[in-house]
Order: sequence, then structure tokens, then C-alpha cells
Amino acid sequence: MAQTRMHGYFRSSSSRDVNPDLEAERKTASFSVERLTTILDGGAENTKTRRAVDAIIHSDPVFNRENQYFQTQNERYEAAVKRAVHVQEKIHQMGWSENGPEIQYFNRALAGELAFPIHLVFKNSILALGTDEQIAKWIPLADQYRIIGTYAQTELGHGTFLRGLETTATFHVSTQEFTLNTPKISAMKWWPGGLGRTASHAVIFAQLYVKEKCYGIHPFLVQIRSLRDHSPAPGVIVGDIGPKMSFEHIDNGYLMLQNINIPRENMLSRYSQVLPDGTYVKQGSDKMNYFTMIMTRVDILSREVLPNLLRACTIAIRYSVVRRQSELKPGDPEAKILDYQTQQQKLLPPLATGYAIHFLSVYLDEFCSKGHTAIKQGNFDLLPELHALTSGLKAIITEDCAAGAEVCRRACGGHGYSALSGLPFLYTKLAASCTYEGENTVLLLQTARFLVKCFGAVLSGQPVPASVVYLSAVDSGKCQAWTKMDFLKPDIYAEAYRHRATRLLRNAASKLQALVQSGAEEYEAWNRCTVQLVQAAKAHCQYIIVKNFIDAVEQLRNEAEIQKIMKHLCDLFALHGIFSNTGDFLHDGYISGDQMDMATASYLHLLAVIRNDAVPLVDAFDFSDESLNSALGSYDGHVYQRLYEWAQKSPTNQQVNRAYEKYLKPLFQNALSKL
Amino acid sequence: MDTAAAMDTAAAMNADLRRERDAASFDRGLLTHLLDGSAERTRRRREIEALVLNDPDFKHEDLNFLSRSQRYEEAIRKSALLVMKLRKYGIADPDEIFWFKSSVHRGRPEPLDLHLGMFLPTLLTQATPEQQDRFFMPAWNLEIVGTYAQTEMGHGTHLRGLETTATYDPATQEFILHSPTVTSIKWWPGGLGKTSNHAIVLAQLYTQGQCKGLHAFIVPIRQLGTHEPLPGITVGDIGPKFGYDEMDNGYLKMDNFRIPRENMLMKYAKVEPDGTYVKPLSDKLTYGTMVFIRSIIVGDSARSLARACTIAIRYSLVRHQSELKPGEPEPQILDYQTQQYKLFPLLATSYAFHFVGVYMKNTYHRITGDINQGDLSELPELHALTAGLKAFTSWTANAGIEECRMSCGGHGYSRCSGLPDIYVTFTPSCTYEGENTVMMLQTARFLVKSYTQVRSGQLVSGTVSYLNDLSEQLIQPQQVAARPTAVHINDPASLVEGYKLRASRLVEAAAKNLQTELNRRKSQEDAWNRTSVDLVRASEAHCHYVVVKLFVAQLSGIQDPAVHAVMNNLCLLYALYGISKHAGDFLQMGILTDAQVTQVYQHVKELLAAVRPDAIALVDAFDFHDDHLGSVLGRYDGNIYENMFEWAKKSPLNKTEVHESFHKHLKPLQAKL
Repeated sequence: MAQTRMHGYFRSSSSRDVNPDLEAERKTASFSVERLTTILDGGAENTKTRRAVDAIIHSDPVFNRENQYFQTQNERYEAAVKRAVHVQEKIHQMGWSENGPEIQYFNRALAGELAFPIHLVFKNSILALGTDEQIAKWIPLADQYRIIGTYAQTELGHGTFLRGLETTATFHVSTQEFTLNTPKISAMKWWPGGLGRTASHAVIFAQLYVKEKCYGIHPFLVQIRSLRDHSPAPGVIVGDIGPKMSFEHIDNGYLMLQNINIPRENMLSRYSQVLPDGTYVKQGSDKMNYFTMIMTRVDILSREVLPNLLRACTIAIRYSVVRRQSELKPGDPEAKILDYQTQQQKLLPPLATGYAIHFLSVYLDEFCSKGHTAIKQGNFDLLPELHALTSGLKAIITEDCAAGAEVCRRACGGHGYSALSGLPFLYTKLAASCTYEGENTVLLLQTARFLVKCFGAVLSGQPVPASVVYLSAVDSGKCQAWTKMDFLKPDIYAEAYRHRATRLLRNAASKLQALVQSGAEEYEAWNRCTVQLVQAAKAHCQYIIVKNFIDAVEQLRNEAEIQKIMKHLCDLFALHGIFSNTGDFLHDGYISGDQMDMATASYLHLLAVIRNDAVPLVDAFDFSDESLNSALGSYDGHVYQRLYEWAQKSPTNQQVNRAYEKYLKPLFQNALSKL
Repeated sequence: MDTAAAMDTAAAMNADLRRERDAASFDRGLLTHLLDGSAERTRRRREIEALVLNDPDFKHEDLNFLSRSQRYEEAIRKSALLVMKLRKYGIADPDEIFWFKSSVHRGRPEPLDLHLGMFLPTLLTQATPEQQDRFFMPAWNLEIVGTYAQTEMGHGTHLRGLETTATYDPATQEFILHSPTVTSIKWWPGGLGKTSNHAIVLAQLYTQGQCKGLHAFIVPIRQLGTHEPLPGITVGDIGPKFGYDEMDNGYLKMDNFRIPRENMLMKYAKVEPDGTYVKPLSDKLTYGTMVFIRSIIVGDSARSLARACTIAIRYSLVRHQSELKPGEPEPQILDYQTQQYKLFPLLATSYAFHFVGVYMKNTYHRITGDINQGDLSELPELHALTAGLKAFTSWTANAGIEECRMSCGGHGYSRCSGLPDIYVTFTPSCTYEGENTVMMLQTARFLVKSYTQVRSGQLVSGTVSYLNDLSEQLIQPQQVAARPTAVHINDPASLVEGYKLRASRLVEAAAKNLQTELNRRKSQEDAWNRTSVDLVRASEAHCHYVVVKLFVAQLSGIQDPAVHAVMNNLCLLYALYGISKHAGDFLQMGILTDAQVTQVYQHVKELLAAVRPDAIALVDAFDFHDDHLGSVLGRYDGNIYENMFEWAKKSPLNKTEVHESFHKHLKPLQAKL
């Protein structure tokens, strides 16, 4: 039973009755919610650990986020610092390990509202890029928070294109020091999290100059603030970059360096170093560092991006069975808004997407650990494929999650616009993920470049990596569906996605080739095909996601009830993609007009089927009310009461209305004499 | 003087922008006149904007650095000032008031919006002459500040479901206003929380034991003089939102609160002293107001998207990134095809929606004349059409603004870009004044009705007259599929025909599906619900057709050949991009062949290249002043980076060199570990 497993005290709702409209939804679940939760967690043990962490977090007032939406940028930042510090004390107190499962559950319980997350990136970059001596010197200091670090790569004028970075580090043999400089405004470091107010040290990426020769971008460890009083070091201009769409708890910063000298030993030198006489030496392969970056990307997708979509679905779906509006039948009570087909069509596809991405992230985790094992044995063969796969998938996933959360927000009507719904917070966080860690269009084009190469290999009969082997398959050229039920067969829709991905890639590649053959320079031809290439890369990623969802459903064969509902979600996910891109599938006649009508009919039918399990499907994510931080999405469904009580706590209702005294009263005062 | 030109001569302009501007193929001033309606209107608009922009009273700190309470206070200060200045200057023309107000509040909402936009107009249209004597002048003079309280916590779209009651008590000749449940608390009205001392409250009228449905009542909510809530009234601000920081959207709970009988707005319906209820004559009269409000939202869709495009396109011309050609300097990011593909269709959309907004406003004025002469025949169609256009344009602009923001990469996420602010300010228009899906279904209801009419042999008129063609096709339905494809993809007029065909086919498909559901089930409502996804698609196709048609119609009126050429390209881009995004519809219905769709994709890319040299002139022509754009990335002079730095220095977190949280939290941490 959902209620009994709640350990009482950390789910605020458990002390109340559940709204009967929500309770009714839970009674008719076609599967065990608890069982699905443990599957999503990757085992009952993980579920237990996660709930234990939730209980610890939510019983501690320091972690309470009830006032978050009322706070100014300054207050948000300070609260996040306070929580981050308190987390460290908890970890210390509980004796948890830095890499243990509890840490990620902390983050989940607090929806990521912690300061200096980049400190970890700072540490990882030293571990990846530093020599053994450098690691031995800096890591213990970072572990004990004697120093707090950030990772300063992007500049005001440069993000995507690393080679274009303008910060310089010039080596002087006479002093054995590097001098770091920001030669112009566009070269200021801009955006690094924690840089503005928090960090004492930064790993800074700069163009290395030795004896007037440029050796390209290298990492340097630079102290930017005093360890005694935290004031900026001489020659350092550092600050916060100002208010953003969200992430107000993070002090994204700017940094200007004026002749900052650091010792030769502060260049992180695992892969290249400058010898005392100024000789530049490259050593080993930095592919491992490359792999670390891919791992970070995968980690962000599963731990930061996906959960916010799942939260948004939870809030919107619960609200949609509590909210009643208009009449479906004259004389009947107003209907739950989830009973409207249009509302189902808004909310159920993002829910299916959430599950699709969950299973995909499980697959990516496995792929990465496979890659890791191989790399530890010196085999880097999987790296190009892993890179191409995660680039495009990062783009697709962040785009789908952000769009899905925003659909959820708008599907809650006016109340979705209130900060107290929690939905603006979720959307604005997800929106950032579309441009950080690689701008999405740039990433899709990286995947496209890999695909074009593989397509060439296929044509010339060479072997290609596993994820693109499908490019060499031959199909009949016509979809083999005869009834609308056929569109509920994974083989049928998987084949349609495969056909589309192959066709779009083939078209883009041959266009590219034709342009080159007609005399266009390669770069020019590439640019003129990029719109098509992006579409081909997306189609490839969507095929991968559909295929993986199908495989994941298959593996649930010992969980009949859960397999059944997951199969519905998989069907919905696939058919939604077809419904939203009909042109791609109709274009060469692969799917006929009649078949498209069948696919649409099956799609619409699935909405009504999944509708019945919508609430259990979001309950299974098992977010605590505190983690959702939403008046609309709480477990007990007492939406209106909570909204009203919470709004009354707004500072605008607590403080004296100065505007009245200053501006309104002079306007109103005539009224007294006249009425 | 051209405001833009005035800025040209000021600080040094970014070299990229200067070069781009010099290379434009047309005189952007002419296009500005076209958008404004005439050269004279452009002149007058600039004159009025200058009144505000040069007035030190309206200067203030960057709102991004203020708290919500401070932003509210600043907005109230400016609103009070605005009212006084308008009267001082004698500005009374609605367009001129709009220009003045837009310059003061720069596209943001303000606490008096509902007073000026709903409270006063409602008094004018629904109050009796006696009521106008009592309330109008005090309201005009802001002694009474009012709002319009319709939505409740539990009810928005479905007005009949509102729960607030107004029960007539003949003994005292008073109405008793009451909020019986939590869900009945009035929720969202702008200016209700802190600003207003009166509200027009919509409530279910009970008299002589019977419910007479929704009626409007003037309810005093705060004490004049002290501004304290009156006994029996609980009122406050609903708290923080996605945007609308300067607006005190409010809640209102009434506990058996009594108002005189004369406070019910009684121009149409009446309650006599003894409690006898007198019915209104026609309920179509309120349609006019709705058409007006929707025309404003459509105009706002165009303007908000145009602002976002201006920022993103200027930034994309100043920003250089990566290499196109190895060894060459980094190119302007607008030279990447993918960036053009994101931004130029949206630029074309801004223009398209502008013309739709103008059309709706003109239509409103025309039918207001008709209504005054008692002719209500056109109202149902207009009401239905404008519902869909409101939804269609606001959905498209909503997505487009975010696309513009994301096309600016990380910097678009900073509030200095101005783009988050445009988005959060605009996005509620998808839900207020009629939730968009509900709006689309209203249009669909009209479309289905018209279709049924045609099927039964009657002709229909207006924008749906294309449905008449279906009656001919009914004789030989197979002709549709066999009809030789006649759409020419380079001819705007022919593309209108293509969109028309698509709309008629989708309306027909939805109507047929509805009939199938009806045959299968008994309930009309159930069948309607099970067809609603199809119905929304049909409405969207209908609206898309109307927008393309209005854009194309605009072309013939453009005299200047250079302006005509560039607008023709934009119009083609709008129409062809729409086809490429809905290629499935055009293919499935046999409107275009596979080969033609391939040509459409290709032609869209050619148009991107054709528009590229004029991109800057096309956004400059919108003629937004820098103060109005509120964006460091979108500055007219293109001096972006140095100004981002200047802006960031003012961040509240930078007030002290060392933030106090260091001493409070970080330093102690080191001691503990």
C-alpha cells in the first residue's frame, strides 16, 4: 500500500486524508506501484536507502525549502550555501562515502538546490588532468574544503568553440612561473558555477605560450581569493554575473586576470607539461579525460535532467485528477480535466518520454561501464561511438525534457504559472540544460558527422559500430501494417523509425556529396546541409530510444502486469513520434495515408488506456512532497487548501505595502471628501 | 527623427552591425511606415515615445536587480505618473495611449491594467446611467481603483461553474456576497492583491430562491483612506509567479459581505427592489469585448516575438563562434544555416502576426459600427475565428520566443538578454482570456457547424466559405485524390489555395470522425471529447490558412519594389516553412507530391540565404527603442560584451566584495571537517 510505506513523518501528506478524487485513481491501478518503484530504483535495496536519505533530509529544518520561491537571489544563494555546508556535516556525521549512493539521493531529495556543485567538477578535473603529485597536494585540501574550487572554461565571447578561447598563460623561464592574463573583455571567464562568490581556486583553461609560441588550450590551477579573508587576490577581478532565468542559488561568475603569476607546478600536467627550460612535452593520451567528460554528461542526464521531467509529470497529472472543469455531460458534475482527450494528449506523451529516457539512461550507464572496463585495459575503440551517441542523445533528451515540463506547466492553466506550482522552477532548470554541457545543435551535428562517416563505411562494405549497424539493413520500402492493431507491434514501428532514420541520413549524405562534386568546398557543402543533417541525427537518436524502450519492455517478462503497462507506454511513445512527424514517414510512401490513419487511431486509443494508470505511473517515481515543493502536486491532492495557505505566507502579504503610502494614498485621498 | 538613426550617431557602432546595415537591400524606414500604418503615424508614435523616454520622472533602476515588492512599487509609481502625464499632455486617442503606456512599462504588466482595461470599460458598457454617475468619474480620477474579479481558485475556463454567490435580501435591499468554499475564493485578478479598493465581482445571482446565473457586482473591498480591508473581506497577493513580478494578482474571500442593490451592474439584467429578476436582451453583446481583447493578444504575440527576434538576430550578427572554413576567422553565428533556420521563420512569423493583429483590430472597429446599428449577424463567426487566432498566434509566439532565447546559447539564459523576461511575461497569454485548447475547440465547433450546414445543402460565408467547395466534391469524392496537383510552390496565391485545401480536408476528417463516434455512442459530449484532438488539428489548419491568406493579401498593397521583394520572400518563407513542418498533411491529402515536398524543403533553405543579407534591416524596421527591448544582447549599437560586464557588476550578489555567507557558513565548515 502506498500509504503504509511512507514512514509517516517525512511525507507531510500522510497526516491528512487523501483527496477522494486522487484516492480513486490509486485504487484502480493495474500493477503494483511499489514493485515498479523498486524496478525504477534498480532494486529494493536502493529504494530502502533512498527513502532513508529522504527521511533524514526532510526531518531536518535546515533543508526545508518551503520559502524558496519567496527568496531573493541573495537569500537563495545563502540558503544553498548553508544547505551544502550542512550536507557535508551530515555526510561526515553518518560516515557516508563521497561516492556512495546516498550522495545522489541527497541531491534528488533537495532537487539540486545546493551550492558549489562545481567543486566536484573541480576535484574531478584535478584527478583527471593532474599528475600524481598534483593530486596528492590538492585533493586532500579540496576534500576538507580548505579550498573550494570551480572549473573555468567558457568565456564571455566563447563557449562552444574551445580553440577560440582567449585567456593566455605565458611561461617565463627566468621566474619559472606562468603569467595569466585576460587580454580583452570578451576573454573574461563567464558562467562558471560558484566562481562569483564562493570559490577560492579555479581550474582555468588558457592558451599556453612558451617563448612566443602558442601550444593551445591547457588547464591551470589558480588561486583567486585569499584563504584568510576570502578577498580577491591582487590582479583578480571576480564577481557574480547577475540574475538568470533560474539557478539563482548558484553564483555563476566572471573572472578577469591581470598578470597573475602562478608557479610552473600549477599547470595540470598529466598529459602535457612545460619543463623548467621551457620545453613543451606531451605525454600519454588524453582520451581518458575525454571519457570522463562523456561520463559527466551521462550522469547529468540521469541525475539532473530526467528527474525534473518526472517531477513535472507528477505534479501535472496529480493536479489534473483533482482539478475539475466544465461538463463532459450536461448535468453531471464537472469532469476531471485528465478525462479530456486533449489533456491526455498533452500529459501522457511526456510521461511516456520520461519512462523511455529512464530506460535509456540505464542503457547508457551500462554502455559507459562497458567502455570504462575496456578503456582500463587500454582499448579505446568504443570512444567515438560513445561520444557520438551521447552527444545526440544529450540534445534530444534535454530538448524533450524541457519541452515536456513546459507542456506540463501550461497544462495546469493559470495555476501552473504560479511559482507555488513548482513548475516554473522545473522548467527553467531544464531550459538551461539545452545550452550547457554543449549547445544542442552543435551536439547533433557532431552525431551527424559520425553518422555520415559510418554511412560511407556501410556503402563501402566496412564494419561499423553496433549502434549504427542498422544502416546496412535492407527493408521492403513499405510499412507492413494492415490494421490499426498492427501499429501496436514493436517490429512494425521500430522498422518505421529505422527506415526514416536511414532515409534521412541517406538524403543528407548524398546531398552533401552532390554539393562537393559540383565544386563546393567541403565546409561550405557541410553548412548548406546542416538543417538536413540535424534532422537525420535526431531521427537516429529517436530510433535508438524507441529500440531501447522495446528491449527494456522485453526484459520485464517476469513482471507481467508491469510489462503490460510499460508496453503501452512504449507504444504511445513510438506512435506519438510518428503522429508528430507524419511528413517524415509519409514522404517516400513508406507509410501510406491509410496506414497513417490507423497509426493515429491506435495512438488516440492508447491515451484512453494509459489514462487509467496515469496516477499510479507517477506515484511510482516516489518523489516526496518536499522534493516536489509544489502546491499542485502533493501526494494527498489537497491542492486548493495548500495553495491558499502558502500564498498567505508570501512576503507581499507579510510586509507593509509601502506603495500604498507613497503612491496610492495621494491618488485616493480626494475620494474621502467626495463620497 | 528616426530613433534608430539618432542612435547611429551616438556611441561607436559595432563594425559588424554597421556593415550589415549599410548592405540592406531596401529602405527600412518605408517598412516601419508600413507596420505603423503610415509615415505620419510613425512620426507621431516616435514623438510620444520620446515624451516618455526623455522624461527623467520615468527613469529607474534596472528591474532585474529589484525584489518583487520593489518592482511592484516601481510599477505603481510609474502608473500613477502615467495617468497624470497623459492628462497633462491631453493624450486621449487609444493608440496614442497604448504607445505612451508601452514606453512607460515596456511591455510589462502593471497594477492598474485591470482598472484601465476592464474596470472602466465594464462600467461604460454595463452600468446604468445612474451607476455611471456614481462610479465613473471617481474611477476615472483614480479615487476608486478597481479590478475585475472573475476567476476563482477552482474555476477558470468554465464560467458557469463559478461558486461565488450574490443573494438578494429584499428586506434590506442588499446583495450578500459570499465565498462558500476554498475553491470559490477569487484568485488571479490583477491589481486585486494590494492595489484596488473596489472590484467588479462575478457571482451567481440568487433571488427569490432561484439561481439566475452569473452577474457582475461592484464590491468595495478596502476602506478609503486607510486602505485596510473592509470587515468581511479577506484580500491579499497570491504570491510569486513565473513572471508578472510587478503585478499584484490577488485573492479575495467574502464572508457574507453586504452591498446595496444599486451595486449590481444593471444596464442589461436587473433585480427590482422586491427581488423580481429582469432578463437581459441578448448575450451576444459581450462578444464585441472579447473580440477586442483577443485582437490585443494577437498584436501582443506579434510584438513579443518581434522583440525576441530583434534581440536574437542582432546578437547572432555580433557573436562569432567556431570555424566554417578552417583557418578563417570565426564567422558570425547567423552565417550558420542552422541558426538561420531557427530565426528567419520566426522573423517571418512576426510579420505575419502583425498583419493578423491589424486585421483583427480593423474588424473589431467595423463590427462595433454594425453592433451599434443592431446588426449582429457577423458576430458568431468572428467570435469563433478570433478564439482560434488568439490560440494559434499565442502558441506559436510562445514557442518562438523560447527558440530565440535558446538560439543565444548560454547568454540567452541571463536576464541581461531580456529574453527570459519577454517569455515569462508573454506565456500566460496561452492560458488567460480563454485557455488555448478550449479556444481551439470553440473554433472547431463553429467549423463543424459550418460543415454540417454545407452538407445539408446550405452555403456558408466568410472565412469558412471554402467549405462550400466540399459540396461539389461530394458528388465525385474520388476526384480529390485524382485531381492533378495544382499548387505552385513559388506563387503565394497558390500556396493560399494549398492551405485552404488542407483546412477543408482536416475539417471534413474531424467532422466525419465525430460522426463515426456519434454513431457508435449515444452521448454527443462523449463523441466530441473522443474527437477533440482531431478537432484541434482542424482548427489549427483553419487558422494557419487565415494567417497565410492575410499575409499574402498584404503584398499587393506594397508600392516600393525593394520592400515588396523582401516581404514577398518573407511571406513565401512563412508559407513554405509551415508546409515543411506539416508536410504529412499536405502529402496525405494529395495536395503536394513527394517531389514537391522535397522542393519545398529546398526552397526554404534558399529563402534563408535570400533573407540573410536583410536580416538586420528587417528587425531594425520594427523600430524598438533600446529601452523598450531591455536587452544587453539586443542593443542597437551591438556593443554587447562590455555592457554585459557593466550590467553584471550591479548584481545584488556583488554588493560586497566578500559575501556574508562566507563568514557565516563556509569558514566554519573548514573548522568542522
